Amino acid sequence: MISHFLKLEWKQYFRSANWQKSVFLNILLVLFALYFTASFLIIGIGGFYILEEQFPDKDPLILVNSFLLFAIVGDLIFRYIMQKLPVMNIKPLLTLNIPRNKIVHFILVKSSFSFFNIMSLFFYIPFSVVLIKEGYEVTGVLGWLATMILLIQSANFLNFLINKNNIALGGLVTLLIGGFLVQQYEVFNLAGFVGEGFDFICQNPITAIAFLVLLIVLYVLNYKQLRNEVYLDALISEKTKEANASDLSFADKLGDLAPFIKNDLRLMWRNKRTKSSTWMILMGLLYGLFFYPQPMYREMQFMYVFVGIFSTGTFLINFGQFIPAWDSGYYKMFMSQNFKYHRYLESKFTIMTISVVALFVLGIPYIYFGWKVLLVHFAAMIYNVGVNTHVILYGGTFNRKKINLDEKAAFNLQGTGAVQWLIGLPLMLLPMGLFALIDWLVSFEIAVVGIAGLGFIGIAFHQKLMAFITKKYITNKYVMIHAFNQEN
Amino acid sequence: MIQTTQLSKKYGKTEVLHIDSLEIPTGQSFGLVGNNGAGKTTYFNILLDLVRPTTGAIVNHDIQVNKSEEWKTFTGSFIDESFLIGYLTPEEYFEFIGDLRGMNKADVAKYLEQFDDFFNGEITGKKKYLRDLSKGNQKKAGIVAAMMGNPKVVVLDEPFANLDPTTQIRLKIIIKELTRNKQVTILISSHDLTHVTEVCERIVVLDKGNVVKDIQTSTETLKELESYFSV
Repeated sequence: MISHFLKLEWKQYFRSANWQKSVFLNILLVLFALYFTASFLIIGIGGFYILEEQFPDKDPLILVNSFLLFAIVGDLIFRYIMQKLPVMNIKPLLTLNIPRNKIVHFILVKSSFSFFNIMSLFFYIPFSVVLIKEGYEVTGVLGWLATMILLIQSANFLNFLINKNNIALGGLVTLLIGGFLVQQYEVFNLAGFVGEGFDFICQNPITAIAFLVLLIVLYVLNYKQLRNEVYLDALISEKTKEANASDLSFADKLGDLAPFIKNDLRLMWRNKRTKSSTWMILMGLLYGLFFYPQPMYREMQFMYVFVGIFSTGTFLINFGQFIPAWDSGYYKMFMSQNFKYHRYLESKFTIMTISVVALFVLGIPYIYFGWKVLLVHFAAMIYNVGVNTHVILYGGTFNRKKINLDEKAAFNLQGTGAVQWLIGLPLMLLPMGLFALIDWLVSFEIAVVGIAGLGFIGIAFHQKLMAFITKKYITNKYVMIHAFNQEN
Repeated sequence: MIQTTQLSKKYGKTEVLHIDSLEIPTGQSFGLVGNNGAGKTTYFNILLDLVRPTTGAIVNHDIQVNKSEEWKTFTGSFIDESFLIGYLTPEEYFEFIGDLRGMNKADVAKYLEQFDDFFNGEITGKKKYLRDLSKGNQKKAGIVAAMMGNPKVVVLDEPFANLDPTTQIRLKIIIKELTRNKQVTILISSHDLTHVTEVCERIVVLDKGNVVKDIQTSTETLKELESYFSV
């Protein structure tokens, strides 16, 4: 039976639609994975020495222990948001001649090997090896490592128990913030207190068994809960959300673009893929906080352009790069309806423009970092509206990949082709380069005017540009219809 | 023999199924008809222990389906395409199911031989995954898999939907063949009154979860059903 399950897993993995997409994307993903693994490994191996150097009067292991509480709680919160039991996969097995308890054990054991559990081992194992090499007692370190592994696994199963329970999440967040605050204001060293517990394990490795018991208890609880829920009307039901019809009549002011804009707003609100990209917009807006506090970047004024384009254009880039693939599921229907293509594209343009202006307004607090920053952001906004919207709409004519709206956005590269990457570069690099050049040749002010001027030229020629882009879309219509018909 | 007693299923306050008593003797070809929401699929889901009943139980050959899983050894079923393992090729899928039903590779190959006509060259040997087949072809694969390993009970939900006319006719022949010796009990649900009257010796009509008609099929049955549904 186990060999059956393993075979199925193997095939599922290598035959998944994700795996079979372009070689280019796979290489990219492998590089990402390698990068993460390598950085964890480096932290794991180097961590001991870094801590030793930074805090020469403290024992690195005790130092790590005193932070473990935060690591564990943070891990749980991360899992709470990201990790779900993959229950849908077992639906086909339910009617077959396989006992239910085996199916339940299978998904539970399988979850043990998930990415979330493996990743941190790349830190803990090398760190332990270094500890042993540095002369710590072997049994103590092994007991500690065993405790870590058991804790990771326990967190795995605890997450499935508390998942969907918002009180639990609230508790975790309170614990994290509260623990940090009491530590910060030296009321009580909670993390250190928990850390002493871990120190105790190092000295008495046999106590690691307690965590084994914890793990077993959690596993059994999970099993009991899940065993009662592998039914079509319980866990394996596809949740049907109540349709919420919000009043979008404000969009009617936009005249004949209104139907499309309403449709796009609903598209964004009601689909997983678009919904989960909203937090990416927030990240984009706050991107400047990553650069501006550092004096090094304050000097490089062309970086302002980069941040400006990115923070006002994060929606433009996220949404625009998949025009018209957002509508790929029903593109055929669209193409057989009575409307002018021009209107369809104009509506996308309007949405992107509104978003750019709105994000600029939300970004006005950046003035904290100096009026120059805001000025450049303003120019970048104009550039986004005048140039980048048109470029990205033009880029859309090369879109040949279908998008499944029901899948999440994070790490989802579905619908991405080489064009998306190529278009992304001129969107940001071109104005940056131009700005840097004028700034160097003439002055900061002229450079700002130059960038904004390009934007204004784009806005002035909007009708001409749209006519050109529309023509391009119409010539590519059949190729796109054909491409959107293909499953990836 | 499949016995249903005091069976009901409620979601919140709405009762979607209520059958006080229903007996399906061994070897019967049994048809379930009714409009959308009549409870056909719910009944099959309870029979296959995919959904738990609110009250009552179904006993399949002396095994209460929500108490023991022994019924799985002699019951084959196909509900819809979501019960197929999409990333397998049809051959691999048949092999997998065959294995679970105690058939070796040769048995499976021999079993599949008799369906060459039914498959019409579109299922096996195509180097395609099940998820990439058309709905009709997925259905063919699912139906054939449901009948593997000499099951005593075969459950098919809407087997005629999505099939082309030729395949519908072939499927009817297959079903009649299967029940000829009165060994295999077959349960079918359908929206197509013609098909179901043709293959089933007994037809039960569900409406809003209740049994409203229980007919032994005769030459008048089709007319009777048509007049019932043409409200």
